[in-house]
Amino acid sequence: MISPAIEMRGITKSFPGVKALKSVSFSAYPGEVHALAGENGAGKSTLMKILSGVYRLDGGAVVVGGEERHFSHPLEAIRAGIAVIYQEFSLLPERTVAQNIFLGREPTRLGLIDHKAMNAEARRVLALFGSAHRIEPDTVVADLDVASQQLVEIAKAVSLDAKVIVMDEPTAALNEAECEVLFGLVDTLKKRGVAIVYITHRMREITRLADRVTVLKDGETAASFDHVPEPDTIVRAMVGRDIGDFYAAPATPQEIGEVVLSVRHAGNERLKDISFELRAGEIVGFAGLQGAGRVALAQAIFGFAPFTEGEVELAGKPARFTNPRDAIRAGIGLLPGDRKAEGLVLMQSVSDNGLLTARALSGLAGKADATPFASAEEMDKLLHELDVRAGSFSQEIKALSGGNQQKAIVARWLALAPRLLIFIEPTRGIDVNAKAGIYHLMRDLARKGTAIMMVSSDLPEVLGAADRILVMRAGELVAAFPRGVSEADVMLAATGEEAVAA
Amino acid sequence: MIQETVGSAKAPGAARGGRLPKINPVFFVLAALLVAITLSNPNFVEPTGYMNFLKRAAPLAILAAGQIYVIVSGGFDLSVGSVITLTVVGSSVLLNNNADATWWVIPVMYAVGLAVGVVNGLVVSYLRVPSLIATLGMMITLNGAAFMWSSGSPRGYLPETFRFFGRTNIQGIPLIQFLPVALLVLIVVGLCLFWLMHRTNLGRLLHAIGDNPRAAQMSGVPLERVRIIAFVISSLSAVTAGILLGGFAGVSTDVGVGYELQAITACVIGGAQLLGGRGSVPASIAGALTLTAIFTLLNFIGLPKPVRDVVQGVILIVAVVLATYRRNRAGGT
Repeated sequence: MISPAIEMRGITKSFPGVKALKSVSFSAYPGEVHALAGENGAGKSTLMKILSGVYRLDGGAVVVGGEERHFSHPLEAIRAGIAVIYQEFSLLPERTVAQNIFLGREPTRLGLIDHKAMNAEARRVLALFGSAHRIEPDTVVADLDVASQQLVEIAKAVSLDAKVIVMDEPTAALNEAECEVLFGLVDTLKKRGVAIVYITHRMREITRLADRVTVLKDGETAASFDHVPEPDTIVRAMVGRDIGDFYAAPATPQEIGEVVLSVRHAGNERLKDISFELRAGEIVGFAGLQGAGRVALAQAIFGFAPFTEGEVELAGKPARFTNPRDAIRAGIGLLPGDRKAEGLVLMQSVSDNGLLTARALSGLAGKADATPFASAEEMDKLLHELDVRAGSFSQEIKALSGGNQQKAIVARWLALAPRLLIFIEPTRGIDVNAKAGIYHLMRDLARKGTAIMMVSSDLPEVLGAADRILVMRAGELVAAFPRGVSEADVMLAATGEEAVAA
Repeated sequence: MIQETVGSAKAPGAARGGRLPKINPVFFVLAALLVAITLSNPNFVEPTGYMNFLKRAAPLAILAAGQIYVIVSGGFDLSVGSVITLTVVGSSVLLNNNADATWWVIPVMYAVGLAVGVVNGLVVSYLRVPSLIATLGMMITLNGAAFMWSSGSPRGYLPETFRFFGRTNIQGIPLIQFLPVALLVLIVVGLCLFWLMHRTNLGRLLHAIGDNPRAAQMSGVPLERVRIIAFVISSLSAVTAGILLGGFAGVSTDVGVGYELQAITACVIGGAQLLGGRGSVPASIAGALTLTAIFTLLNFIGLPKPVRDVVQGVILIVAVVLATYRRNRAGGT
């Protein structure tokens, strides 16, 4: 019988006004992947921050290697062999890979940093993952892609001889191919006897990687499994209800109407010879790897990074826009993938965020609370209908959850009643319950005659929510699939291995 | 004064929140200072006392009410002091002691102000020069221009018709005995700028571009147009302040010196977010009154001008620190 690498018993933690954790127990054995699932705010991160010494616990005990420990600083946890890889990396972007791995404990020779030894050791650690060729120790971290940066984080943990590695939603910023690299890495670590705590709310990753699963809900253990149960069982434990209707029903042939957008042989420096049509009432999913040109295509249609050639028609009229304002006027809306950077005005109220575009398209001297598109009362009603949860719609939008923020941006576009609505990564950073809400909302819009273009890196989402799937690769449209296609077929088209197989 | 909490959205949803509207602390600070002034000089409660105070504060208050437009939009306008100088010096040259010329000189000065604002806005919007640098350049240019225009020796005289706005008191008003024209100008300008900032689309779009220009652009906000309007409003308020100052200060090439920083300080005291996205016209006017009250108090105590400068500098920093502290405590994520 092996003893657990870490064991957390009856952990309780309160923040002013909130009981974040109520008697939660959790353990991880060497050589296993223990998945920690739960919605945003369920307490996953708090639990891990207690493990890593960021927070102090109010009650319970943390046992590491059979010994009860009280970490008061993250450094103590690191010394005890616990490494946490957060969503936001802690790497120094202007330093090299080797410098990052050995930050604060650089090998020295005659009092000077021994760069040779450092690079050699870094190469050895990277080689453990078969990535010595992919990542050179003297590359500056800022020049690496996100997946490689994550690899460096993990290499750092390994070189610290971590017994326990906590990964907090490690695939959030990765594309499909990069995810595979990460999964391979997790397997390697497992074989080396590391205990891995894997925080995620993606079922696919749990099925692929986990040995055991613990589900947190509202600060309590909702379920704990010593095997990997069916995804439905996990999701039910997470959201506390059945999710048979997670995705909305697809469009019926009668619901699909006229061509709304028609793009013919269009291109710019990132897009080549793009031709497709979008019809009223349908949701078309755009799949592909990161950088395949899906976002570039959305931005070209929206006039943000315009097409330089080809023809575009919106409802039969020429529509090659050179700025978003013209595109919006013509009836195109876009929900950006990076809500904070491109969607929200964070210091303004929920209602102001909803009314932003309505105001932008109205006369500057017009009354702010009574635009021709929507009045403040109508916006409040719309926000209510979308079930945006806020203490008040006049509070700053900053404090709302991702799902509620996203719905406020949806409300912004609904007020304009666009013909074409483009969603980029519509559910990124949104918890499971709110995701279902967004899918149903998209379908309701389509039923009312809006054409919906959905760009998403979450393949199950594209397969589940779209009526048709177009796949892009290297700036071109390479494949079109009807609903019901398999994940593998889409992946093959996206990576271009189809040709090899054929 | 109209009570308006900073950045409070006037959505009807406010009623549902069950949160009391927060009153901007600047109004309490101002009240406390006015009490302090009254204690050290009981004459202050007489109309001559407080009316002269308001009259003296009017140019800075108008300037702050204009400056807040640029600050909310995410910039600074350092050129306003030099616009004041140019207005005073330029008017004296154009008027050339001819009292009948006032009717066309004032529109000409507003045209100059409009041009300055448009140029500031164009340079910031299209040439992508940071507003701090663009308006600093404008400030140096205009100060030089004012000096050249007056050939280095400004005439020390403006006709009474021009000085009317800054100097005249309307007599025989019940209760308050007299009303300075400058205060009337402040009330009218203040109400217009309040309405424009807090009731129109322009005001909300200014907040949006100061908060997150990229998101604003992706939402269809005409960034350049809104930004140029902000600079124009600031410049026009500077011309107005210049006309008032010409009324009670003499003509010299340094009438406007230092006013740009006083205006920015006033906005910050009023709780404006320095990098844009938050600010209020009434609070900025209250900030200007607060700053003037502090100077008045220091004057009573008998401290010299350099001390005033030190105090202003410290206030600016303290106001920013307090605003940051208050925002962090107010939460967010």
